[in-house]
Order: sequence, then C-alpha cells, then structure tokens
Amino acid sequence: MTDTRPLVPSLWSGFVGIVRRDILLAWKRPGDVLNPLFFFAMVSTLFPLALGPSSEQLGSIGPGVIWVAALLAALLSLNSLFVSDFEDGSLDQLLLSPQPLTVLALGKAIGHWMVSGLPLVVISPLVAISFHMPDQSIKVMAVTLFFGTLSLSLLGSIGAALTVGLHRGTALLSLLILPLAMPVLIFGARTVSLSTSDDAVSAGVYFLAAYCMLALTLAPFATAAALRISNE
Amino acid sequence: MCLFRGDKCLFNSLEFALNPGQLLIVEGSNGSGKTSLLRGIAGLLEFEQGEIHWEGNPLHGHYQAFRADLTWFAHKVGFKDDLNLLENLRFEQSLHSFDEGSVMAVLARLGLDLLTELPLRSLSAGQQRRVALARMLLSKGRVWMMDEPFTNLDGAGRSLVDAVLSEHLANGGSAIVATHQPLEIVGDVKRVSLS
Repeated sequence: MTDTRPLVPSLWSGFVGIVRRDILLAWKRPGDVLNPLFFFAMVSTLFPLALGPSSEQLGSIGPGVIWVAALLAALLSLNSLFVSDFEDGSLDQLLLSPQPLTVLALGKAIGHWMVSGLPLVVISPLVAISFHMPDQSIKVMAVTLFFGTLSLSLLGSIGAALTVGLHRGTALLSLLILPLAMPVLIFGARTVSLSTSDDAVSAGVYFLAAYCMLALTLAPFATAAALRISNE
Repeated sequence: MCLFRGDKCLFNSLEFALNPGQLLIVEGSNGSGKTSLLRGIAGLLEFEQGEIHWEGNPLHGHYQAFRADLTWFAHKVGFKDDLNLLENLRFEQSLHSFDEGSVMAVLARLGLDLLTELPLRSLSAGQQRRVALARMLLSKGRVWMMDEPFTNLDGAGRSLVDAVLSEHLANGGSAIVATHQPLEIVGDVKRVSLS
C-alpha cells in the first residue's frame, strides 16, 4: 500500500451513482412509485364524478383540486425518502463516504422527483382533461407542476431528513413542510386558474421557477445538516 | 476523550494513538460504549471533550479528507436488499475509491462469485456479512473500522476476517475493531478496554 491518499471519485459520479441507485430501486419495487401516482389520479378524478358534469364548475375548481392532490401525493411519498437507508445502514455509509453529503442529498431529492414528481407531471394532462380544462391551461398545468413538484421534493427532503430517526414521523413531516409548500400551492393553483380565463400567466410561472431554483441551491445544504443531526 | 449518551458518561480520559500497520482492539461488555466510541471517531457522534488527530492535524471540521481513507463495517451492512451484489458494489464505486480490476477475484475468495445475480435479500445473513467484507477489501481506505466483525459468520468466515485483517496490517493499513471475541491476528495489536 502506498502513502498517497486514495482518490475520491468525482462529485458527478457520486451524484449520478445515487440517482441511478434510487431509480433502480424504484424499478425493482414499482409499488412505492405507483402508490402516490394512483393516489393523485384517484383523488383528482373522483371530484368530477362526485360534483357532476357541469363543465363551468369543474373548470373553476379543477386547478385547485389537482394542485392539492399533487401536494398530498408528494407528502405521501416523501416520508419514506430516507427511512429505508436509515434502517439498513446505508445512511451511515452515505454519511461516512468521502463524497460531500450535500451532493448526495441533492441526488436523493432529484432521484425522488424523477420517480414521483415527473410521472405526476406526465399524467397531469389526462387528469386536466377530465376537468374540461382548455388546451392552454393543460400546458400551464404541466409547466407549473414541473417546477412545483421539483420544489416539493427538495423542500420535503429537509423534513424527511429531520424526521428520519423518529418512528411514524409523517404528521410531523407534514407540519414542517406545509409552511414552505404554501407558496408553491398558492402560486401554482392560481396561475393555472388565471390561464383558464386567458389572463397572463408568466409572472406565476417565473415565481415558481425562482422558488424552485432557491430550493435547488439551498435545500441540499439544509438536508445534509439535518441528516447529520438526526443520525447522532 | 469523553463521551456522553444521555446523561451517562460512557468513558472518560481515554487516550490512544494508532500507527500504520497497527490494530486497535476495543474491548468491553455489552453497552460499555464500543459502538459509540467507533461512531465518535468516525465523526457520527460528537465527543463532549477531547479531540482526534489524523496525520498530525485535529480532525474536527476536516472529516472529508479522513473519510476518503475510512472504511466502515458495522452491524447493519448498509446494502440494498432489492439490488444484487454487483449493483450494490457499483454504487459503492461511485462513492469510494475502488479497486475495480479485482472485483471478481475478491468475490471468488469470499465464496460469493456465484451469487452475483441474486438480490441481496435472498442471501443469508452470513453471506451478507461477506459482501460487506468484499467492500472493505475493494476499497482503498487505509483505516478500517469494524464493529463486531464476527456476527453471523461461520468458522471459515471468521478465519477469513482474521486473514484479511492481518494482510491489511501487513500492507501498512490500520484498523480499529470493536469485539468481545478473540482475534487471531498476525501483527501489531493494541488494546483498549472500556468498563
């Protein structure tokens, strides 16, 4: 053995490694991915059935209902973000790896979004059609959900990291995350309902994109710090 | 060094140095703080007092460089049950410096070379420990930290642990092992007893 320090793989390979691992895990256990997706599809398609086929009424509540369903689906899946890593000891290995924990936390959040947020964005046009939404609103819905779900995965990873050592931390996680998620919900739902009446939507989309960037740059640091604290 | 868990002081004024090629055995009864000591040295727990030096410098706040040299082996193996052996090792490879060329040779030595396609959940507990041993052998870290390395291992597995530890020491690596079982190691051995 030489005296030289062992070389650490690049940050990019650490990031790609953890994203790939989490997607592979989701692929082998599709139930974990499909549950929140079914929840989203069921909640948002039950409303039109319960409220009747009046397209005016559906058009006015549609954006709010879809956004609330998306938020709840995200909260549902976030709870398990770090739990399995904590239980099988992988979290210790992540904490002790030479890769910066911030990069790994970012990878966990992005991996979570790719298996839970992105499918939701993809099926949202189908759900929007069941609410008689006009074409331009369907596009706005997909774009706002894209930024919104990404923000929720990133912000949610902070809450998931803080509650990882607690058993049944779901209620606490929701309490921690909801205040941070409120701007996403308000701007997301409002932007979509503005688009149904042909009003300008760019301000809302810009806000969501800016909020998403803020989460992208700051949340991984908070998640990394939270993981170190809650794993003591 | 001094470490508290809750309001109980586990150990006080503990002091030791570890040189390349040396093995430190941490002994003590159940609940005496062996695991806590190891987690403290690795930086997972904060010591109330005292500090750890690595290559002459205080470690506090500079863990990132130390972690490149650290290989961790604990009760929980830290692999994903749903992935197979090679998928798990490929993930390790993106985190640690890894000896990619000798993967199959190491797996053959540990008797795992025919199990590479099976998800880890279908392996026995002892075989899973052997996979964790493979991670230690493949990583290029100079400091091995092992918490009860013999758990779930059969006789052949135990002598394998003894053999790879001896080799690691002969190559100039060092190791800290917490155990209450006898080790048959060829090399420079130190002991710390926690009471």
